[in-house]
Amino acid sequence: MGNGTSIGRVRGLGSSHHGTHHFLSSRLTAVGNLVLIPFLMVSLALMPAHDYATVHAWAAKPLPATALILIMINTFQHARLGVQVMLEDYIHEEGGKIAAWLLVNILPLAGAAFGIVSVVRIALGGA
Amino acid sequence: MAQARGPRPLSPHLEIWRWGPAMLVSILHRMTGNGLAFAGLGLLLWWISALAGGPASYQTFLDWVWLAPDGGFQTVTALLGKIVLVGLTWAFFQHMASGIRHFVLDIGAGYELEANARWSSLTILFSVAATSVFWAFVLLH
Repeated sequence: MGNGTSIGRVRGLGSSHHGTHHFLSSRLTAVGNLVLIPFLMVSLALMPAHDYATVHAWAAKPLPATALILIMINTFQHARLGVQVMLEDYIHEEGGKIAAWLLVNILPLAGAAFGIVSVVRIALGGA
Repeated sequence: MAQARGPRPLSPHLEIWRWGPAMLVSILHRMTGNGLAFAGLGLLLWWISALAGGPASYQTFLDWVWLAPDGGFQTVTALLGKIVLVGLTWAFFQHMASGIRHFVLDIGAGYELEANARWSSLTILFSVAATSVFWAFVLLH
């Protein structure tokens, strides 16, 4: 940000033109969660038992495994967008903003990747 | 001074809002959303990675979150586990109902004061009812 010309004083302070995408992505992933999370909850509720054998056999089937992988992608993206809005509202000093930017861009991706690897291991028969 | 005036309008800030259904649901939406993001997704990853790790690691997950076969400290964590799981279920239903309300608001409907307050209250009624039905089904069937 410059401090000479009037355009230099305001550069970098305005809209970055990513707001619409953020808004729509938040809604899109909300619709995804509206399907995926009830599927997970109903599946878990209908299971006769919740021991390792029953749950593992369920999660290894193609449809549940696909749903679980989609859940890892969709929930982490939705959570990332929502947490970003919360952090933007409450963190105002520069150092905090950089820490928040790192948190919100790295952790959700790492979490989703770890979740997907776990589902793939279940579905393709590791352990 | 001129004659005394009525109370001036308050600016919208967390500590001086008059409580009402719409602002309560707005705050709940943020709280439940962030609760689900951190506690919910954290627990989801613990669960799925324990399941991927094999029977022993899955049993460890069950013991610490729900069963507490060894007593002691596990009794505390298993009690916490049950509270967190029921809490997350409620948070999900509240966030979902509130989110569906946001879809309606997004198309420009539901801003009339009475309708807005009614649908705000109904999201809370729904989340409590749905959580009760879900856990009654899980525990009784």
